[in-house]
Amino acid sequence: MSTTTTRVEESRRRALSGGKRLVALVGRVRELGLIVVLLAIVALVGLQTPRFLTPGNFEQILLSIAILAIVAVGETMVILTRNVDLSVGSTVGMTAFVCADVLKNHPQTPVILIVLLGCALGAVLGAVNGLIVALGRVPAIVATLGTLYLYRGLDSYIAGGTQVSAYDVPDSFLSLATTHILGVPALIVFAAAIALIFAYLLRATRTGRELYALGSNPEAARLAGLRAERLIFLTFLLCGLLSGFAGVLWGARFATVDSGAATGLELQVIAAVVVGGVNIFGGSGTILGAMLGAIVLGTIDNALTLLKLSQFWLQAIDGAAILAAVTLDALITRWLQRRLRSGRQR
Amino acid sequence: MEVAAPQAAVPVIELVGVSKRFGAIQALKEVDLSLYAGEVHALVGENGAGKSTLVKILAGVHRPDRGLLKISGEAVELRSPAQAQAAGIAVIHQEPTLFPDLDVAENVFMGHQPRDRLGRIDWRRMYREVEQLLQSLGVELNVYLPVRGLSVADRQLVEIARALSQDARVLIMDEPTASLSPREVEELFTIVEQLRARQVAILFVSHRLEEVFRLASRVTVLRDGQRVITAPAQDLTPEETVRHMVGRELAALFPKEEAAVGEVVLEVRHLSRAGLFRDVSFQLRRGEILGLAGLVGAGRTEVARVLFGIDQAESGEILVDGRPVSIRSPREAMRYGIAYVPEDRHQQGLVLDFSIARNITLSILKRVARFSLIRSRQELKIAADYAERLHVRGGRLTQPVRALSGGNQQKVVLGKWLATEPRILILDEPTRGIDIGAKAEVHRIVSELAARGLAILLISSELPEILAMSDRVLVMHEGRISGLFSRAEADQEKVMLAATGQNRQSR
Repeated sequence: MSTTTTRVEESRRRALSGGKRLVALVGRVRELGLIVVLLAIVALVGLQTPRFLTPGNFEQILLSIAILAIVAVGETMVILTRNVDLSVGSTVGMTAFVCADVLKNHPQTPVILIVLLGCALGAVLGAVNGLIVALGRVPAIVATLGTLYLYRGLDSYIAGGTQVSAYDVPDSFLSLATTHILGVPALIVFAAAIALIFAYLLRATRTGRELYALGSNPEAARLAGLRAERLIFLTFLLCGLLSGFAGVLWGARFATVDSGAATGLELQVIAAVVVGGVNIFGGSGTILGAMLGAIVLGTIDNALTLLKLSQFWLQAIDGAAILAAVTLDALITRWLQRRLRSGRQR
Repeated sequence: MEVAAPQAAVPVIELVGVSKRFGAIQALKEVDLSLYAGEVHALVGENGAGKSTLVKILAGVHRPDRGLLKISGEAVELRSPAQAQAAGIAVIHQEPTLFPDLDVAENVFMGHQPRDRLGRIDWRRMYREVEQLLQSLGVELNVYLPVRGLSVADRQLVEIARALSQDARVLIMDEPTASLSPREVEELFTIVEQLRARQVAILFVSHRLEEVFRLASRVTVLRDGQRVITAPAQDLTPEETVRHMVGRELAALFPKEEAAVGEVVLEVRHLSRAGLFRDVSFQLRRGEILGLAGLVGAGRTEVARVLFGIDQAESGEILVDGRPVSIRSPREAMRYGIAYVPEDRHQQGLVLDFSIARNITLSILKRVARFSLIRSRQELKIAADYAERLHVRGGRLTQPVRALSGGNQQKVVLGKWLATEPRILILDEPTRGIDIGAKAEVHRIVSELAARGLAILLISSELPEILAMSDRVLVMHEGRISGLFSRAEADQEKVMLAATGQNRQSR
């Protein structure tokens, strides 16, 4: 009896430590994979066009995705809970226009107030999404498809065909996007700070972990006493708020804003999140991953421009990247499940 | 043998005169149940006796219509699973509900993670505490592993650890051994013994009597939603317990008509599918109703699914009219004249928003269509024929099936499969959830079909139905055939003993 028990336990222990290593590895594989892909692109394109490899160009890449990345942080949280927010592009567009328009009419408004206004407006729009999804129990994809058009329509109504241009707003506002903090463009600093803060919160707070739990198994979350409606509302609210902030930055960066600003941004954001390994069905993925996803797509974008390829290629390659990411994700999950199963057989 | 629970103490949890009704079905009627600290109390009963309803009331999922739930002597109301948990009641489900993407430790502590002074999760403490918890149970489980890959047994351990981390005083184990290997069952029992020693009150719901008599100090038997008896385990034998579980009224059932039983049309030889059923062999004859009895999870539906080509057997043979066949899809099964009426008619049998007529003709679209276009008149004609033969009531043929009662829906499903003109009909729980009157009618129809020469395999968890309808009764227990009785031999006790695996053990 004792010898067999020891032997069984021995093999079990070995399976355990093997499993541990495996999981630790795979946990990093998605992000590592993205970094490998990134390096591959950099190396390939760098050989073709030396200009690609300059620090100035890397800064350019990060600048080009900074605003998108801020929205992607919010979108990641929404997607983690098994929902999706399609209205972020419209939210960014509306806040961008409203903020710029207020400044046009009241040039003396302090910039900090404008930032707060943008965040508040975004939060309200996000809260509306949250109420419809959490309380109205409307599937998020339908609810936010509705508000995508609703918010854009409101934006057009407010704009009434006008546009705000760089001459209409004070330089202090524009400098939000052009100033540097410790030699780094402020936009990049904002995006990095927001990503770090939320990545930390997702890891260190109960609420953060509960978002994962809810997305992983809503039924189990209910049995564990988690308040699903609250959590869902909160993620939409935060996603709206971050989109609002992104809208302010959009206004400052592009200076010329009309009611069509940031149209289609939602798809770029979701693409970045999904390519970054966040499971579209909720429950797994990280903000770090989403950021890497944004950087990979931004790098591809930049490389194609430098290689003077047409816009058509850009979209096709973005599409291919999404498909590859999702397929890879499914394959990894299935493979991991099989490996863990067989490792645990007794 | 250990002495029964200390009767002088106040029960940790108690149900007093609890009743619960779902629509036409009285799931529980005036049930009393008490659980003491440090006792393992077994709850047994046939399928549909009301065990799950009782568990769900204790778990805060359902609320009783009448009666009281007392915790430590005080009446309380549990409005949600969260409230039940807060009251110290934890449920270990047959299929654990956990978070597959998160690791073991997070699953244990979700919602009540240890935090430091700043309100941040104290990860190190969390992993340490879960490790200690598992160690105290004598379990080796890597707390960093995601739950996705764990076996059912390990996931149950995670649920048990979760219950202990919340200081649960009452642990309800709902058929916990149903999907465990014998070795895993032993490990689970060791842990149950430990929990008992820690003064946890355990309600052990099971239909495996060997396990019940090994673990439990007291046994409560439910039958048809009523408590039949609560007694110390040493005062009962398995045979007596079975007698308490069965003994249902045979009234209001429609006995099978005599019919000439003809040649063998379907034969199964040594059919196996890993983990589900093993070495299943039987013959089915023209005009015969072969009852297939057994408890939930015995593997009956799994056999039916293989016969209908939904799943594939790993070994063994299927013969139709004496010729070996391989059935790789439902389409092929239909070609051999096999029809299967599944248990869950909503999910598998009917398109609720389609009309009665369209549902009936769904499986024979070729016959109602010309040039791939459905001819409504033809559809109605064929449907009217079956609807009349089956006495479908409650509406015009163009009305959506959703509007019909359960019994009439079931008749539509039958009609749909009869329209394929099968020679072999497999019925899986054909009368589950329909009222007595409709039941008798379904029985009459089935009996008529057999009289007209159909070979019928009738899967049912209701013993009276099996006994009244079948020419022969085949019993399965844990994936194997555990008994075959002729109509004259079969009675409730024999079948139930076979279904619980008692007939093969000498006690």
